Amino acid sequence: MEKILEVKDLSVSFQTYGGEVQAVRNVNFDLYKGETLAIVGESGSGKSVTTQTIMKLIPMPPGKIKSGQILFEGKDIVPLSDKQMEKVRGKEISMIFQDPMTSLNPTMKIGRQIMEGLIKHQNMSTSSAKERAIEMLRLVGIPMPERRVNQYPHEFSGGMRQRAMIAIALAANPKLLIADEPTTALDVTIQAQILELMKDLQSKMNTSIIFITHDLGVVANVADRVAVMYGGQIVETGTVDEIFYDPRHPYTWGLLASMPSLENDDKSELAAIPGTPPDLTNPPKGDAFAARNPYAMQIDFEEEPPLFQISETHFAKTWLLHPDAPAVEPPDAVKRRMRKLSSTFDKPVLVKGGK
Amino acid sequence: MAKYITRRLIYMVVSLYLIVTATFFLMRLAPGNPFTSEKKLPPEIEAALNEHFGLNDPWYAQYGDYLLRIAQWDFGPSFKYKTRTVNDLISEGFPVSLALGAQAILIALALGLILGIIAALYHNKWQDYGAMIIAVLGISVPSFIMATVLQYFFAIKWGLLPVARWDSFMHTILPSLALAASPMAFIARLTRSSMLEVLANDYIRTAKSKGLSKGVITVKHAIRNALLPVVSYMGPLSAGIITGSFVIERIFGIPGLGSHFVTSISNRDYTVIMGVTVFYSIILLVSILLVDIAYGLIDPRIKIAGGKKGE
Amino acid sequence: MQQISKDKFQIVGNEGINSEKIEKPSLSFWKDVSIRFRKNKLAMFGIVLLVLLVFFAIFGPYMTEYDYAKNDLMNTNKAPSSEHWFGTDDLGRDVFTRTWEGARISLAIGVLAALIDFTIGVLWGGISGFKGGRVDEFMMRTADILYGVPYLLLVILLMVVLGQSLGTMILAMTITGWINMSRIVRGQVLSLKNQEYVLASRTLGAGLTRIMGKHLIPNTMGPILVTMTLTVPAAIFTEAFLSFLGLGLTPPLASWGTMASDGLPALKYYPWRLFFPATFIALTIFAFNVIGDGLRDALDPRLRK
Ligand SMILES: Nc1ncnc2c1ncn2[C@@H]1O[C@H](COP(=O)(O)OP(=O)(O)OP(=O)(O)O)[C@@H](O)[C@H]1O
Ligand SMILES: [Mg+2]
Repeated sequence: MEKILEVKDLSVSFQTYGGEVQAVRNVNFDLYKGETLAIVGESGSGKSVTTQTIMKLIPMPPGKIKSGQILFEGKDIVPLSDKQMEKVRGKEISMIFQDPMTSLNPTMKIGRQIMEGLIKHQNMSTSSAKERAIEMLRLVGIPMPERRVNQYPHEFSGGMRQRAMIAIALAANPKLLIADEPTTALDVTIQAQILELMKDLQSKMNTSIIFITHDLGVVANVADRVAVMYGGQIVETGTVDEIFYDPRHPYTWGLLASMPSLENDDKSELAAIPGTPPDLTNPPKGDAFAARNPYAMQIDFEEEPPLFQISETHFAKTWLLHPDAPAVEPPDAVKRRMRKLSSTFDKPVLVKGGK
Repeated sequence: MAKYITRRLIYMVVSLYLIVTATFFLMRLAPGNPFTSEKKLPPEIEAALNEHFGLNDPWYAQYGDYLLRIAQWDFGPSFKYKTRTVNDLISEGFPVSLALGAQAILIALALGLILGIIAALYHNKWQDYGAMIIAVLGISVPSFIMATVLQYFFAIKWGLLPVARWDSFMHTILPSLALAASPMAFIARLTRSSMLEVLANDYIRTAKSKGLSKGVITVKHAIRNALLPVVSYMGPLSAGIITGSFVIERIFGIPGLGSHFVTSISNRDYTVIMGVTVFYSIILLVSILLVDIAYGLIDPRIKIAGGKKGE
Repeated sequence: MQQISKDKFQIVGNEGINSEKIEKPSLSFWKDVSIRFRKNKLAMFGIVLLVLLVFFAIFGPYMTEYDYAKNDLMNTNKAPSSEHWFGTDDLGRDVFTRTWEGARISLAIGVLAALIDFTIGVLWGGISGFKGGRVDEFMMRTADILYGVPYLLLVILLMVVLGQSLGTMILAMTITGWINMSRIVRGQVLSLKNQEYVLASRTLGAGLTRIMGKHLIPNTMGPILVTMTLTVPAAIFTEAFLSFLGLGLTPPLASWGTMASDGLPALKYYPWRLFFPATFIALTIFAFNVIGDGLRDALDPRLRK
């Protein structure tokens, strides 16, 4: 399979009055054609900043890409100018934003907002762009799209605005679609429809998708692989099966334990992870999760853990995988689900170059 | 929308009624006013006044009479010049004032918007600082000083433009610039801050994510939204232009209504002061109403909600 | 990889660690505001300017041997010199002394107008907001209608009718000037009422002082301060405008407005008579404006992070 996106050693900071917020710290991941990668993690872990950086949409200043490369189809987009980025945005990569209430221009008709990109990138005439806009609205399940194209965002409900947002992003037929919590504002049935829609499009056009969510239930439904973010870093990545049935990082354990059980939702206890996320202006020494980690070892407070490889596709950044670490039992809710996967290596391998 | 306009019209009439009433009773309080008897006036004027105001009637009859006259667009006689009425002054001076005011509003809007937009697009760069220095100057210097200084340098010292009067287009340049200076500065600052606010909105990021160019984003997405506060400033702007015209017309010897008004103030020509004040109030209230209607036309959110912004 | 001592791999857990503690010490609101304000060079320049102006307004008139009201017909229209630093006017009065005497009056007008606007505005808006219902409706309609009255025209009318004195001038300026303030206060009180409700229902008995300190003060003081800062230059402006119309203070009282309008016709031959009062009006208005802007920017919670 062909890689469409490689993010290498990416660090992003924001300069604020309180100091430099290191929102993303040395993030690495890649994405194949037609694949769906889910990024999960609690609020403030850097999911939106990471993905917006891929389109270079973070406000600069105060934001800054401190280091790293973003290879899109093999070409680094970090050094590209705004002008050059115009050819990537909305054509090669498009994005569904988190907040549908504020992400649409209140004084421009919905139809126009969908048409703009089409006219710019696909040289469509106004009338054919309008037809396509109507078609897109119909596709995302908005009734009476002929009438709706001429309405303003305030005439749409929250869920409909989210759909309009999705229509804008999909109209471009992007090679890479970034969906930042596209379904949080929607009720469950519509959520399912939207997810169905995205899968549908993916199979038709072989689109790659990065899907950001808090909802692990959704992850199981749509994703091929999962990246778990914590404190601006990716702490564990693997296939959906690996993350759900053989998680290795204590933060992933915490996330899974806090999720209502997947198979048998009876008696599923919801255990929130105690404590607060780390301060990114002054990231803790060692493992960022240590202060909230019941399995923390002395070393976690002193040195940043390296990356360990557990299978071809499974990586985790925790000292617990070090040969000298004691064997620990994950929480019951996680343990109940644990399975032996055939692809797992005999023992974790320290990744070369991992710090 | 119709309901909204009706409601606004009612408010307007109430405000106007209050203004007329307040003016009427204030003038009765004024020392040596036409409604008190201890004044020395040429007998023929006194007779005319007595007749016009029915000064022998009780105050409520006088008051009712005055309201009626205003309703018939009759602003009364002059207290000093018996051959001229306030209506004469208005029909003579107002067209000139209107021309001056319109020219100044155009200049203020055009320059103010340009400066403000440039400042916002180049936030914290030299363009921003330059535009804001111009704006701060415009705000800090009172118009009569600005006008006198402009007149001194451009007309008297360098002889580039006519010193005074209102004859040709050249005559209009200096006064309209002087009149436009401070509203222009306000508009520039207002535009800048509202542009900055709009540019920080999520929907600008959405527009960017579609690959639109900076120019298209500015014109199609930012400016229209940033214009809304500027449109609501048009009401105070017209008030500022009217009061500014008192000063400017005076300094440049322009025979407009403002000039007449200032003369009537120095002459303590009470009936003229009163009549012109009421006239100006009508003009202002109407322009504020027009601005509000225009706002409703620009902001699609207002039409439905019937006067209240947002949902 | 370097060797790591094995005992570092003992599970110590996170028991002893209070993860709240390592949170960044959140700056208090006003400290935050003051840091941001002090970073604003223009606003700080405004402060310095204002301090200087106030200093001279207090001590300036004593720095010369001249009396601001004393005519000296032997020395009329003298250019600035070591004797008369800012020159003299058409009655031979020392412009330096008069400028600082005028500063007192102009600044006093500005500050008084702002204080009166503040008092009436806070009372009106506060009562309106707290009482709500019909009282609110009535008070706000009254304000709306008064707001429709053209401000400067009313001021002119009152000056004509009531005569030209400092008192009349301030009365005229404040008669509708408080409306803005009352609207701001009312808006803040209304939103506070809701917050209070939410807070109270959540943390029953969070303490009124806490609510006041956390919500009323930061949210309301900001806009109020900004409005007051911007009222001062507006009043100074109005005073100058009235002086130009011949409705200013009567001689020998000096304000910057009267001095400037007296100096206008003399611009060609005795420019200092306009230059000094005009410059100080402009500097004062400039100072208050940049301070007001700086405050507004520093208070803007959207810039907070
Ligand atoms: N413009 C900015 N200026 C300063 N800090 C910022 C800015 N944008 C984001 N951050 C900081 O970067 C960090 C990561 O934010 P991000 O929005 O990526 O979180 P997230 O994982 O998307 O959270 P959520 O699930 O709530 O959307 C946060 O600490 C946030 O405060
Ligand atoms: Mg986010």
